[in-house]
Amino acid sequence: MSEPLTHTTSDRRELIAFCIGEQEYAVDIMSVREIRGWSPATPLPQTPDYMRGVINLRGAVLPIMDLAARLGLPVNELSARSVIIVVKVGERLIGLLVDAVSDILSITEDLVQPTPDVACDRVRSFVKGLISMDGRMISEIALERLLPELETLAA
Amino acid sequence: MDEFEEIKATFFQECDELLADLESGLLAMESGGRDPETVNAVFRAVHSVKGGAGAFGLEPLVRYAHVFETLMDEIRAGRIEAETDLVRVLLRAADVLADHVSAARTNGQADDAASAAMVAELEAWTRGEAAATPAEAVAPAADDEDDFGFKPAAVSFDFDTPAPAAAATWRVTFTPSPALYAKANEPGLLLRELARLGTVTAELDDHQIPPLDALDPEGAYLTWHVTLATAADETAIREVFEFVDGDCDLHIEREGAASSSCDVDISALLAAAQAAPGEPALPQAVTAPDDIDISALLAAAKADVAQDPPAASPAPAAPPIARADPAAAKAAPARPAASESQVPQSTIRVDPERIDRLIDLVGELVINQAMLAQRVAAHGFAPSSDISMGLDELEQLTRAIQDGVMAIRAQPVKSVFQRMPRLVREVASQTRKQARLIMEGEGTEVDKTVIERLSDPITHMLRNALDHGLESPEERIAAGKAAEGTVRLAALHRSGRIVIEVQDDGAGINRPRVRQIAIDKGLIAPDATLTDDETDNLIFLPGFSTASQVSDISGRGVGMDVVRRSVQALGGRISIASRPGEGSTFTLSLPLTLAVLDGMVVDVAGQTLVVPLTAIVESLRPKTGEVRALGPQGAVLAVRDTFVRLIDIGCALGFRDTAIRPDEGVVLLIESEDGSRFALVADAIQGQRQVVIKSLEANYRQVDGIAAATILGDGRVALIIDVDALVAVRREPSRSPEPLSFAAE
Repeated sequence: MSEPLTHTTSDRRELIAFCIGEQEYAVDIMSVREIRGWSPATPLPQTPDYMRGVINLRGAVLPIMDLAARLGLPVNELSARSVIIVVKVGERLIGLLVDAVSDILSITEDLVQPTPDVACDRVRSFVKGLISMDGRMISEIALERLLPELETLAA
Repeated sequence: MDEFEEIKATFFQECDELLADLESGLLAMESGGRDPETVNAVFRAVHSVKGGAGAFGLEPLVRYAHVFETLMDEIRAGRIEAETDLVRVLLRAADVLADHVSAARTNGQADDAASAAMVAELEAWTRGEAAATPAEAVAPAADDEDDFGFKPAAVSFDFDTPAPAAAATWRVTFTPSPALYAKANEPGLLLRELARLGTVTAELDDHQIPPLDALDPEGAYLTWHVTLATAADETAIREVFEFVDGDCDLHIEREGAASSSCDVDISALLAAAQAAPGEPALPQAVTAPDDIDISALLAAAKADVAQDPPAASPAPAAPPIARADPAAAKAAPARPAASESQVPQSTIRVDPERIDRLIDLVGELVINQAMLAQRVAAHGFAPSSDISMGLDELEQLTRAIQDGVMAIRAQPVKSVFQRMPRLVREVASQTRKQARLIMEGEGTEVDKTVIERLSDPITHMLRNALDHGLESPEERIAAGKAAEGTVRLAALHRSGRIVIEVQDDGAGINRPRVRQIAIDKGLIAPDATLTDDETDNLIFLPGFSTASQVSDISGRGVGMDVVRRSVQALGGRISIASRPGEGSTFTLSLPLTLAVLDGMVVDVAGQTLVVPLTAIVESLRPKTGEVRALGPQGAVLAVRDTFVRLIDIGCALGFRDTAIRPDEGVVLLIESEDGSRFALVADAIQGQRQVVIKSLEANYRQVDGIAAATILGDGRVALIIDVDALVAVRREPSRSPEPLSFAAE
């Protein structure tokens, strides 16, 4: 079934890029389950400020993380373009609140550069690497590190 | 999981069902149901476990099941009578079989000593010895360590070939018919099975294969000639082919048998073997006729004539027993016919995840339908308009679907109950008490989520009933009761809940002693006046245990307070009624499902929250004078002369910093699990509603003070408050707002 073409492009992968303020970030498209508009979340008590609360995703309770707050960036007002990117991390579904989806990128691994030392610790732990494309800089998010308390609980 | 492992997993699932059938069949036999159908069902269960285990090469299981099966076969053929003592042995044998199955499932090791003891016991019964000396046979199983004296018997599997214990050579000619292949049987597997009996030399005879143009693709053209060197007898060899009986041409011949008489005997042997696959004495027609006659006579003498007349026919001491057996062959067809008439209940296996997903989707459908109805109403359509009527129909359909889907998850409590007879047997023998378990309402259905959590409380209540409830046989006789105590386990539906009752006819609760213990442990004041009921309920208090020494039977270090707490965590209640000298009844009442909860929907600080209805004693609007300040921030509410602590839900959950004035909101009077009362302050009450419980942990994690979430009619998530945790949260004012997350960075 597999065509030769598939083999030659097998080291390529696709990312979904999105904006937070002026910066561009991306996640691997394979972990994205869906992208949906913002709907008001029910706040959760006793949770960090970057947890916006939970919403109803077709009968499942989906926690929403404000990615700007998580990365320590200024939190923007919600706009009509604000979207929730539903990603699967391990067995969990989590909604990432971002300002807007900007692009779908097809990249090869050699385009990904390691994160330089200059970034602050928090950003560096959440960013897998930097991608340079058409003069833009896009940071790929390390999804599994976004929810440290889950790891702590699991351990 | 690869394909093989999947099939194996299916086998173990089937084993669970077979073991359940086995147990219920044996229990039916114990209570007098000795009809051939019941005995056959028991035999089939053991046989199927063995057959499946053989296919997966689970040697210890096969070996054990074989011994069990042999004895069952003797009983089935009426050669051994299933007297009560024997059925009890069989019940214990079934327990050991279950151990073997679970050992095989986990690739673990079964308890060899117990198994060997049971094998010895079963073999003794098979030889008809145990009937004469039951005490001797029962002893080894009672004490696992001292049974090694029986071991020699345990290894001898050749008990049904008394004379030639040494290996013999057999010629097996096996010609499958097309029907065999059509039924998806595989000659290779049969040959492999055969090879397990001894050394096999197989030769394929492909002379019958026609030229390609004449070949019927669904035809059968192959014959195998197998030379088998084995200590097993013909019965064992035939058993290999039992499932393809009638779908193949099969000749089994013993090498070195007197060839002149062979032709005659073989057909008779065949007939006999087909009639009764477990018939032990076949080859000995030639070798040792005398031995056989005695056993045949014994069997005939023992056989219940009314139940199995053919067994009586060998009684005339006809030397070639093979000749007597065709009579059995004629009478026998009734038996397979009877077993075929039992049509298995048709069921399908479904991954529970698929059902859960369906339930989620139906829940979503209900919400969507409610939203639609709200919007239609908002647009001012008349209730008699087409669109409103259509919506009403949709609503009815939706409810019907929801009920239907919930019914899929409903399971009879039988799956929990069927583990209990074994428990009672074991606990009874450990405590040296005699107990009979009566189970009622096993067909009562309850949601899967509840089923899973029923097992522990029931186990505990039963252990408790046997350990503390029932008296010793001597005490019972002295009190004028039967030596054997009765424990009744019943399940029933009552007003939308499932009720489990555990009733014993023991001594009842020793109230003076309970009271004394409660005083000694400081649970009540020495001069407290308690009603009988209140005294009985003391046993549910944390830190109470009546056993003067903590026994590992009702204990595992757990008291009734733990049972009560776990029951309450499920939204249930447990109560006790006791009459001195007549026994006690524990009653457990649980919601039918844990997927749905009755809740009070309240507004707090702009949020909609749900408080479980089971926790709410009453809701009230306090008058100004009833709220009293206590300390800088605390406040209490006077409720009929008692003061209860007031907790502002908004503050406890961190939704607001300053509490609202209780007299401006609504107060919910709560009784917590430990019986203490407090009052929750909410802004307003929206109403009472049944809500579908959604887990927060599935995608996030547990949140303090929140039990779960639900989705309301407007499609938004509402949180369900964990009232007991809320009190605990409230008691720790110095909590940090972000407990774990940033510490890691």
